[in-house]
Amino acid sequence: MIFEVFRQEREGQPFQHGGSLEAPDLRFAEAYAREFYSRRDESFALWIVPRDAVEEVREPYVADVFDRDYRRVDGYSIKVKLKEARERAGASGAS
Amino acid sequence: MSAQELLALADDELVLGWRNSEWTGIAPFLEEDVAFSSIAQTEIGHARAWYELAARLIEREGVDADTLAFDREPGEYRCAPFVEMRLVPDWAATIARHWLYETADRIRIETLKGSEERAVAALAEKIDREEAYHRMHAQMWAERLGEEPRFVAAVEELWPYAAALLPPEQRSTLATTMSREIPGNGPLLGKERGQHSDDFAPLWEEMTMVRRSVPGAAW
Repeated sequence: MIFEVFRQEREGQPFQHGGSLEAPDLRFAEAYAREFYSRRDESFALWIVPRDAVEEVREPYVADVFDRDYRRVDGYSIKVKLKEARERAGASGAS
Repeated sequence: MSAQELLALADDELVLGWRNSEWTGIAPFLEEDVAFSSIAQTEIGHARAWYELAARLIEREGVDADTLAFDREPGEYRCAPFVEMRLVPDWAATIARHWLYETADRIRIETLKGSEERAVAALAEKIDREEAYHRMHAQMWAERLGEEPRFVAAVEELWPYAAALLPPEQRSTLATTMSREIPGNGPLLGKERGQHSDDFAPLWEEMTMVRRSVPGAAW
């Protein structure tokens, strides 16, 4: 079985993918994950997940098809407004 | 503790580490190769720590962990025949020894943790933290191989060797833990510490070869 291992470097931080390993069951996977991902104290905690349990999603059903860039921050051009604001601020003495 | 007793501990760990490292590159699968090699490496690390303690006790000019590990004559090594046996390429026997050794070693370490000598107790405590992983690894394998005939036969064959690893007063604890009878004098013959098995001489040749090639060199 293939297991995906996620590492948390410090308590409270998000888990990030560390890599994968092959093991006959979860118990072996735990032993190997400890060896590969926490032997040098580089992880606070590990998540060990059978690859089968991971649902991979690719087709972008919910992505924008129509032009709705007002939903995104980069949909607004603030360059000119920002420049004007800076000038106003500069005129009032701030830098 | 006497230097001889410390050397016995160190020699056991060094020689077992050496034997286990013979699986590096040829273990049953990649993950196990890394894990078992790492275990071999930490055993050698423990040997180093015991040798350093022994060297402090011996207090002779030029004696350090390396000279104790590699510069003694074969007859001066104090390891038990149990750790000397070359078991490659028999994985079932290797796991049987690993499991028996870790179970016996735990009893030994528990006793050492209660030692009145602070340096010994502190080192045993430190080593035990790494041994916890070895035990977890040995236990999962022993349970997985379970009733597999080759594994059962290997445990049967190695049991008297494992008992002989410990001083006589610790053997009943081991027998209870393993639900086995303490071996009698017959089965223990030739397996007690103080004598070497036939596998030891070639191991010593190989292990000390590089160091003997240029005596006194700093590596």
